[in-house]
Amino acid sequence: MDQEKNTAVVTVLGRDRVGIIAGIATLLTEYGININDISQTILDDIFTMVMIVDLKDVVIEQSDIADRLNALGDELGVQITIQHTGLFNAMHRI
Amino acid sequence: MINDYEIIETMKMFSQQHLDIRTITMGISLYDCCASTPEESCQKIYDKICRCAGRLVEVGDEISRKYNVPIIHKRISVTPISMIAAASGAKDYTIFAKTLDRAAKDCGVNFIGGFSALVQKGCTKSDEILMHSIPQALAETDFVCSSINVASTRSGINMDAVRDMGVIIKETAEATKDSDALGCAKLVVFANAPEDNPFMAGAFLGPGEPECVINVGISGPGVVKHALEGVKGQDLGVVAETIKKAAFKITRVGELVAREASERLGVPFGIIDLSLAPTPAVGDSVARLLEEFGLETCGAWGTTAALAMLNDAVKKGGTMASSFVGGLSGAFIPVSEDEGMIAAARSGSLRLEKLEAMTCVCSVGLDMIAIPGDTTAEVISGIIADEMALGTFNNKTTAVRLIPVPGKGVGDSVEFGGLLGTAPIMPVNTASCADFIHRGGRIPAPIHSMRN
Repeated sequence: MDQEKNTAVVTVLGRDRVGIIAGIATLLTEYGININDISQTILDDIFTMVMIVDLKDVVIEQSDIADRLNALGDELGVQITIQHTGLFNAMHRI
Repeated sequence: MINDYEIIETMKMFSQQHLDIRTITMGISLYDCCASTPEESCQKIYDKICRCAGRLVEVGDEISRKYNVPIIHKRISVTPISMIAAASGAKDYTIFAKTLDRAAKDCGVNFIGGFSALVQKGCTKSDEILMHSIPQALAETDFVCSSINVASTRSGINMDAVRDMGVIIKETAEATKDSDALGCAKLVVFANAPEDNPFMAGAFLGPGEPECVINVGISGPGVVKHALEGVKGQDLGVVAETIKKAAFKITRVGELVAREASERLGVPFGIIDLSLAPTPAVGDSVARLLEEFGLETCGAWGTTAALAMLNDAVKKGGTMASSFVGGLSGAFIPVSEDEGMIAAARSGSLRLEKLEAMTCVCSVGLDMIAIPGDTTAEVISGIIADEMALGTFNNKTTAVRLIPVPGKGVGDSVEFGGLLGTAPIMPVNTASCADFIHRGGRIPAPIHSMRN
């Protein structure tokens, strides 16, 4: 997961319900994005799901992927965001 | 591998604790825009700014989308206009301010700084023209910011300029009285002004700076406050360590954004300014952060000590995170832009004299303070002189951004809106310093200026 790799973190915050993973996975498939890792946990009473995805050739800022994930989140009543992993590496790794 | 806790911590910093990149500021040298007529010079200035900064906003938005990080402002700073306009023969520089304003609007940025002069040791003819153009220039433009450096540790304090700036601040207030002296919110008087500061209203591109450069200002008092909430009651060594860790993470975001912006724009990266810059939003206040140290309210005894430690720990954490830290770097204490400061000023706990003491250890100075409209020019100059002395004799940057609001007095308040916030009019000691101010001349540089 070094910064050079084109990977991203997809985060889901909110209440767990049926269909979250299925919905996101279906959407990501449309873009040819592969899910490398999924984990879910309860942090500070918030259901949290974190996916590490391989963006391949998708460039987040040039694509509508972020907007579509947001819209899917609205539909499912959760907050879904996608962020390039460079951010987390910068903040948490020396 | 980044773990879930770190990911969630990061998400909360942005969504709940108001962490943001406050500004990407492009510095643009205007040395090649001097010309023998003001019209020709202004055309060159406009063309150059638009050529260099045309993609600035677009690139800022791209980076914001990639990392899902808010980048609040995109701004421009330029070479002090007094240096560029000198050759033009103009007798009034308002036309230059209007050109900057038009360029800023066409580039889509929301402020442009550099209607400035560096007069710490004396004024050139051009500096004088610029200073006397300020009231009209700020009244006839929307986005132009002006700053005058009147003092430095190396040169001492130019008291003629201090005297003149008292009058110019009053004239600017009068020229913009329809908007409660908004012009004064865009006018700063400095000692030891940094040449690479990305924050307004004091941004300009100093004479030693490159052709074009990207400087990034970050923010995040809410993040530091949240971190301190986790160490309630623990000793101050733990507090210092906690602040440093938070400042480190915040600065790394700034560094990431600055490097990426620099690469995408093909412009060198200058510095990160790791300032804690408050906004009027609840949860984004430096005053509340100081209160988290254990103070009932900002302004209580202990505030200066807490601020000193905060300012120092922020710098220590930040310098570890980026090799190029510059600008103002530290904690800002603007009154109108900080929800907790506004509350403390309203309650009477925070007074001008306490703010003055705080400026000895904060990163800038007396900032965004509304005072009664009938305050005399000499008293304003006296406040400037005191603040310049703190900076000059303590080898730090200090600044004054006062707003004498015409027709208003103590008990009133002014609403500037947006990030400029709300300012309760604060009482000012009105005892006369007129004879002192009218002496003029220079206060010699302090003994510790002789370091060579």
